Amino acid sequence: MMTRREFLKKSALVAGGVLIPVSALEILGPERLQAIKADKAVRWVFLVDTERCVGCGFCVKACKLENEVPYEANASRTWVERYVLTKDGAFHADSPKGGRDGYTTPDIDQNESSMLTIDPATIDKAYFVPKLCNQCDNPPCVQVCPVGATYKTPDGVVLVDRKWCIGCGYCIMACPYGARFFHPTYHTAEKCTFCYHRISAGLPSACVQACPFGARQIGNMKDPDDPVTRAISTERVTVLKSEFGTKPQVYYVGLDWEVR
Amino acid sequence: MIPGELWTLRDLFVLPNEYIYWSIQIVMYPFMTGLVAGAFVLSSLYHVFGIKPLRDIARFALVFSFALLPGALVPLLLHLQSPVRGINVLMTPHFTSAIAAFGIVFSTYFMIVASELWFIYRRHFVQESLLLRKPHRTLRERVRSIVFTTLTLGAFDTSEKALRTDEKATKILAALGIPIALFLHGYAGFIFGSVKANALWMTPLMPVIFIVSAVVSGIAFCMLTYILVMEFRKLRAGRKSRAARSREGREEIAGAEVDVIRITAKYLVGFLILAMGLELLDLVFRRYTAVKSWDVLASAVYGREFKQVFLLQYGIGSLVPLVLFLIPRLTVRRAAVGVALVLFGIFMMRWNVVIGGQSFSLTLAGYMHYVLPIVPTSWETFKEGAFGAISVLLFPFLLFYLLVKICPVFAPPEAG
Repeated sequence: MMTRREFLKKSALVAGGVLIPVSALEILGPERLQAIKADKAVRWVFLVDTERCVGCGFCVKACKLENEVPYEANASRTWVERYVLTKDGAFHADSPKGGRDGYTTPDIDQNESSMLTIDPATIDKAYFVPKLCNQCDNPPCVQVCPVGATYKTPDGVVLVDRKWCIGCGYCIMACPYGARFFHPTYHTAEKCTFCYHRISAGLPSACVQACPFGARQIGNMKDPDDPVTRAISTERVTVLKSEFGTKPQVYYVGLDWEVR
Repeated sequence: MIPGELWTLRDLFVLPNEYIYWSIQIVMYPFMTGLVAGAFVLSSLYHVFGIKPLRDIARFALVFSFALLPGALVPLLLHLQSPVRGINVLMTPHFTSAIAAFGIVFSTYFMIVASELWFIYRRHFVQESLLLRKPHRTLRERVRSIVFTTLTLGAFDTSEKALRTDEKATKILAALGIPIALFLHGYAGFIFGSVKANALWMTPLMPVIFIVSAVVSGIAFCMLTYILVMEFRKLRAGRKSRAARSREGREEIAGAEVDVIRITAKYLVGFLILAMGLELLDLVFRRYTAVKSWDVLASAVYGREFKQVFLLQYGIGSLVPLVLFLIPRLTVRRAAVGVALVLFGIFMMRWNVVIGGQSFSLTLAGYMHYVLPIVPTSWETFKEGAFGAISVLLFPFLLFYLLVKICPVFAPPEAG
């Protein structure tokens, strides 16, 4: 007959003995795996010239087709916003279907408040602003992921591991840019990757290739001769919502103060 | 369809990917953890600080706190888009995330409450197990015997010395449990308060507000269930004493009940005033500093969400019960109405934090309205709808019913 004390002692011994070899095993997070593969001489950045955007929506179409985001789903990795500022000081903006089908009517889509017709004579200025993930240097989405399923690659792109994401939505809440959403079929967090599979293979991102006016460009910030790097370092550019301290890496030319 | 699209109505300029992703289950999560933490704090008031009049409700509160614990876990799991991967939080916890430590905090707390319960009920387990050691047992008795003998963990010593050790252990665990219970809930507040992208959530006051409101809701919940159970016992005692032609049992219970309720209500009022004060401070501060997001916040709080915030939460859920409690000579019936309203108020507070925080767009120029799915037409609308929330709410009662069979809260053993 074994006494309780003896039983506890032996159990502790067995547990300890099992733990020693098990502790040698390590679960490699996706970030560690990616760090082995990525090129450290690259820091991907994006340049958007809003003066050149005409709101055709080709970029949104191309993105959806390239990245398996269902075409009819009401969410998108990239989108185009329209801003209309009128003479009375009012500001109107919309992005129906992410601007996928282009802005073919002057009416503003106000969702529940229905369409708003604006008399062209009352408009002071109007413009389009393409948006996508800012691949922040200090990404709040990566900070808040409880399982490490979203991570920043050494070349600066924030990715999501669809096999590891639990779908808690904390990253969606943490992004000040509204860049993330739940994928309707994978049920995991979804976001723009700058088309990581393409840029890693030397191809431009799908939206960059689809833009007929060169409003979207991608480059390597670590290469001083890259035209995008040159533009960012020599021209007057700005970023979105710098007050959040996220250090966004999508730079804008011609951004108006009203842009959200 | 994008998860969230089903119950979100969007108005004016909202970004294409914005929906109400955190819905009713995320309202339930802080509500349930609040009840857990509050119930534990109430029980510790007796065990640690020796507030004698709370003795009756203390044991009850502790058992309920234990029954409520899974109720804090279930809404989180239900809300996950990939619930089977929930275990990943324990496999590869990413500690920069406020959620990553949840598994650790939760299990620590679980172990503390479980061990405290064990020390309190050990003597009862031993007694039951010894009583059941007899020949010719029915199947029910045999099962009970196995359960109670297992629960003793082989510690059959019920000498004075051993019981004193039990008592000491209970006290230590109850004291240790307070900071952890408060942490468990303050931590839920941190999860929201640290989201810098959300203008309504981001405030360092959030964990404090959550803790205080947790204590309020925990006390209110224990009082309500206590009243219900006591009324039921009175009814039963009444029937028995009628048969025995005496009124003694019934009046004894009623007298004890009013005493406990009046004393507990004092603590409730104190914490309720503190909770309201903190929330008003937050609102006043936002109004006074009026940063960029204030315009949209004001239009949401004073406009679109006015009914939920001022009428349901502050009015019916806080002011009315406060008045009810402050009128002298508190009766059990008035207390019951009061605590029910307090619970409703705290639920609305969680609602206004979780849903209210998503009621305006990141553009600060658009709004989102949450339409709670009532009739479940799919698994999605069940779990993220009224029925899912009600199931989460009822689950602890079922557990409590089962737990009380093992740890009786009304014929308490002397120890503890």
